[in-house]
Amino acid sequence: MSGAFIPVDRLRGTIADSRLQSAIYTATGRLIEKRASVVSPEALPDYQDLREQAHRVKRHTLENLDHYLEQLEANVAAHGGRIVWCDNGKEVADFVLGLARQRGANLIVKSKSMTTEEIDLNERLEHHHLEAVETDLGEYILQLAHEHPYHIVAPALHKTRHEVAELFSDRLGVQHDVVIENQTLTARRVLREKFLAAGIGITGANFLVADSGAVVIVENEGNARLTSSAPPIHIAIAGIEKLIPRAQDLAVFLKLLGRSATGQPLTVYTSFLSGPRRPGELDGPDEFYVVLLDNGRSKLLADAAKRESLSCIRCGACLNHCPVYRKIGGHNYPGTYSGPIGAIITPQYRGVMAHPWLPFASSLCGACAEVCPVKIDIPRLLLDLRSEVVRERSGIERVAFRAFAWLAAHPRVYSFVTAMAARFAPRGENGWLRRLPFFARFAALEKWLSQRELPVPARQSFRQYWRSRS
Amino acid sequence: MNREVMLQKVRTALGRKPGEAPGSPPPVYFSRTDRTVEQRIVAFTGALEALSGHVVRCYSREAARDTVNAMIAGKHAIASRSSFLHELQIAAEVPEAASYREACASAEFGITSADYALADTGTLVVLCGAEESRLVSLLPPKHIAVLTLSRLIDSLDDLLARVPRAADITSSMVLITGPSRTADIEQILVRGVHGPGEITVVLVDA
Repeated sequence: MSGAFIPVDRLRGTIADSRLQSAIYTATGRLIEKRASVVSPEALPDYQDLREQAHRVKRHTLENLDHYLEQLEANVAAHGGRIVWCDNGKEVADFVLGLARQRGANLIVKSKSMTTEEIDLNERLEHHHLEAVETDLGEYILQLAHEHPYHIVAPALHKTRHEVAELFSDRLGVQHDVVIENQTLTARRVLREKFLAAGIGITGANFLVADSGAVVIVENEGNARLTSSAPPIHIAIAGIEKLIPRAQDLAVFLKLLGRSATGQPLTVYTSFLSGPRRPGELDGPDEFYVVLLDNGRSKLLADAAKRESLSCIRCGACLNHCPVYRKIGGHNYPGTYSGPIGAIITPQYRGVMAHPWLPFASSLCGACAEVCPVKIDIPRLLLDLRSEVVRERSGIERVAFRAFAWLAAHPRVYSFVTAMAARFAPRGENGWLRRLPFFARFAALEKWLSQRELPVPARQSFRQYWRSRS
Repeated sequence: MNREVMLQKVRTALGRKPGEAPGSPPPVYFSRTDRTVEQRIVAFTGALEALSGHVVRCYSREAARDTVNAMIAGKHAIASRSSFLHELQIAAEVPEAASYREACASAEFGITSADYALADTGTLVVLCGAEESRLVSLLPPKHIAVLTLSRLIDSLDDLLARVPRAADITSSMVLITGPSRTADIEQILVRGVHGPGEITVVLVDA
């Protein structure tokens, strides 16, 4: 989904869909409760100190990113792995395709990675007849349904067991079965064969550790472990912002990530991977690559204030707590990343004028900043982006606001205009203004009003009332 | 893309010169807890059982051996090359390298030791090498880990203080906290998605 205008019809559709509304509300509500129970002062006394430390470490890393990238490269090489530098999605796909051809690999297994979603890696590979199978249960369901993730952490939260039953019987030729345990077993069985047959495993990375050349991946299912351990080649694809200086910093980040994402003190599996299988080791890949992706990130680095948005560790807490996300869901946001974090990074990647409405799609309530484990000041960044949009915007809105400012500074004229407005305003529906008075019926203003609710002005203005009173 | 071009883009954005040293990062932050062994056992057991894992405490090696052998009697069980398991004389097959992967894929039980266990979270820590490997705790639907109490430490912080860079030792260190699980369909919890759905930890006193 993309576009310069706010997708009003789609939004109305989402809000009118009561099943979807309850799915989003229940899922995010449950995640909110789970998080709250593990970050309370009783459960984690130094939670606020951990956030502050995470914030500082990320800021330091981003400010010196070139240094840590080079350190990572040296340490990955020291353990027999290789760094692949990619500016964009095409370069990543070309690398994967080239390697697959050289090694004769036809089947790729993938574990969940928002970064590969961002660059449409699966579509690019499919285009060259290379099968890339998603193995996270939620992502697998979405791949069968040809859909994109609804949520950073819970990608298929909008799907019901009935839809999954349809999909599985349709695409996999299995018995129609609405029992979730059985659906999970079906996925386990089908995907197990893929893991053991695949020539390449592609994972994302939650952290890249500069001092050890390690890729750190957190997960609950075990599919990332299988993806990185069963095939002969492991490729980890990560944005350059995933760096942290030291493995010991994970004492802070791992404590925050699982808790903020799913309310888990630690996720089921946390893998520290560095380099291919070593002499004496029984299993593990023969080849190990870390793809470092820029794809617009270096642009974000340039602005010292906005750089902060690259600290995100993709926990999804800001989505769960956002009153806007909880109403409109994940698919109405343009770009790969939804919710408050999407509203600040998508405009920076694509330019604010690609979706000028996006930074405005927030009530600025501040819940996102309050729960962010790395203390990204999302509301402030939204305001910065709003002011950029306004500066970029040609004429109309600026002229309108200037006119309003002039009006408000001239009481007599103001009084006249409001009296006219009160007198000629159409009656409206249930006290809300749906149409403008005849003298203000411009297309731009009508469009503006179509997305806002204004009460019908009282027939008598306050000034008139005040005069009549004495 | 050319490595230099990409690095230069980053440097330009940050206003840094090639090779410029960074300031020092914030000091490492550890939260430390001090528990007695018994307190650690209680914490570990509580944490793992909350995730529907099982913990069995054995006061002797013989008891540990009997416990594990009773669990796997008549079942297809494989064990890692752990010398501790070997000393215990666990009655499980230790697969040859050539058939190792197939053995892992067909066994019902995978038995390992663990390098550490974390009391705070009910976590097992496995460093791969000559003794432990990746797939034996991953492919079979049931995982049994046997370790001595000396391996039971407090927390993740403790682990990272003792093993500051796992990469120096192994290509894979994995932290295992309970059975494999998912809640991807309607937020309903299901165990045993891709990894083991059952996990039993046998803690041995001596």
